[in-house]
Amino acid sequence: MERAQQSTQNMLKYAILIALCLVIMGPVVTAVLGSIRTTGEFVSTPFGLPESGIRWENYQSILESPSFWNSLKNSLIITIGVTLLNITLASMLAFVFSRVEFRGRTFLFNVLLLGLLFPLVIAILPIFIQVRQLNLINSLWGVILPLVAFGLPSSVVILRSFFIAIPSELEDAAYIDGCTPFGFFRYILLPLARPALLAVATLQVIASWNEYFLPLIVLVEDDLWPLPLGVMQFQGQYGTDYARVMAYVTLLIIPAVLFYLMAEKYIVTGLTGGELKG
Amino acid sequence: MSALRFRVLPSAYERAAMDKQTREWNKWLLVALFTLPGMTLFVLFVLMPIAQSAYFSLYDWNGFGPPTDFIGLGNYDRLLHHSVFQQSVGHTFIIMTLSLLIQLPLALALALLVGRGKLHGRRVFRAILFIPYIFSEVITAIIWRYVLSPDDGALLNSVLGVFIPNYEPVGWLADRSIVLYALFAVLTWKYFGFHMILYMAGLQGISPDLEDAARVDGATEPQVLRHVTLPLLGSTIRLTVFLSVVGSFQQFVLAWVLTNEGGPANASQLLATYLYKFGIQLFNLGYGSAIALVLFTITLIFSVIYQRFVMRRDYSNNLGQAKGGTN
Repeated sequence: MERAQQSTQNMLKYAILIALCLVIMGPVVTAVLGSIRTTGEFVSTPFGLPESGIRWENYQSILESPSFWNSLKNSLIITIGVTLLNITLASMLAFVFSRVEFRGRTFLFNVLLLGLLFPLVIAILPIFIQVRQLNLINSLWGVILPLVAFGLPSSVVILRSFFIAIPSELEDAAYIDGCTPFGFFRYILLPLARPALLAVATLQVIASWNEYFLPLIVLVEDDLWPLPLGVMQFQGQYGTDYARVMAYVTLLIIPAVLFYLMAEKYIVTGLTGGELKG
Repeated sequence: MSALRFRVLPSAYERAAMDKQTREWNKWLLVALFTLPGMTLFVLFVLMPIAQSAYFSLYDWNGFGPPTDFIGLGNYDRLLHHSVFQQSVGHTFIIMTLSLLIQLPLALALALLVGRGKLHGRRVFRAILFIPYIFSEVITAIIWRYVLSPDDGALLNSVLGVFIPNYEPVGWLADRSIVLYALFAVLTWKYFGFHMILYMAGLQGISPDLEDAARVDGATEPQVLRHVTLPLLGSTIRLTVFLSVVGSFQQFVLAWVLTNEGGPANASQLLATYLYKFGIQLFNLGYGSAIALVLFTITLIFSVIYQRFVMRRDYSNNLGQAKGGTN
């Protein structure tokens, strides 16, 4: 009796979950399928397989256009630049805030924490004015540096709590063995903190790869635009040619999904502060 | 480890010879070298702009040349009386309320479903439910613009057409009374997975023994949930509420692209889209600075009050995850 009840319960669970997964994946699957059909097919029946053979032409036209590759290059420069600068500067700050005693440490750390209250979106106008004053309009640095600065507080908080958890006996032992503070940081702390560094890095990769607002106001010339701006421009040009737009969208979905599958562990660790396993 | 020792050993003698003052001096050198690059960038691009916007907000300034036309609190006065701004506040408040009442409970329910017990394919479910979170907002908006388009061949209309007899296609994004709810649905699609992940992490920290003990004492499943599980999940719930509220002040890209700049006729204008449209696009930089400052103040007051009175019992580093999550 109880077992029967439990299995009905399980069936219900699966039914709910599968229904929800369909709702979640429906739009994505339609987009991906649409990208290999003709726009005519796509508009008349949203769900369906290509009837007149797979339309690779939708992809071909994008992959042959120099502006796609140019946007990809810009996106890679921004993403790699932001991520490397962010984890370098954040781990240095987190080290000092967790392991070196000095006057004014708490004050400095609190100043940095203030940044958590001001998200980039809300601060966009002041940033724009500042970027302009520094003559960084129309330069990728004008996107990279503010993104690094706004990412610093959260990265430092995550890394600092990880650094604090590393036992101080290890530090004492290193110093007794003649290690300098920099040596301890470089050869002991950083290798031990690899999982935390990767977690911070994956969050930065996602944020900077997806960033749309800052490049929108900083980069005026379209040969500097990263992919989120590129796809908007493409959509503006081929708005009614749904199939082609969906091909572009699919080209951006695939790396996102692959990245998720590769980095799932670190993304989840980063978001939940290392609490969620399995 | 042995390679490590070789690398660090030579400095042992040097350090032993150092007197206290040199060590103190070296410490400050280290602090300076390690904090200056990061803090400079932070001050330059976070603190200074925000401080400057307080100054610019007192001027009628179109951004060309230095601000000269001092108007005191004129921008704030204009802002508070602008009907579109008032609407934007209202819309943001609706999105926030719906998030708290629908999105968070949904995420919690799914976390309870997926996060515990023996469920086959748990990781697959989790991945599918979570993955919209890592898609860029632009991609999300483009896909959903098609899903919600008024054509009868568009995804949502044609699916509803199958289930509802004599169905008339709806312009989900073109109807002023629907567009905000359509936007909320898309926001939920994209963000509930993030809250679900946070709840799942919180649930893992709860020992099943506590719940079993309640069951042994005769508690029913709803009672266990109400009196054991949810209270133990308190710190996570408080965190997600915080993120959800602050997150609704920050919605820009999805609202902007999905609804075509907050349309139709400002029916889906949110605070951040209002700032962009009336501050930056129209080059009213003084006015825009005033909007930005109002947004800062709202966020700051809410954060301080919430942190002080609601989250004070929780870990202080929660805030860090916060930012990593919603931005």
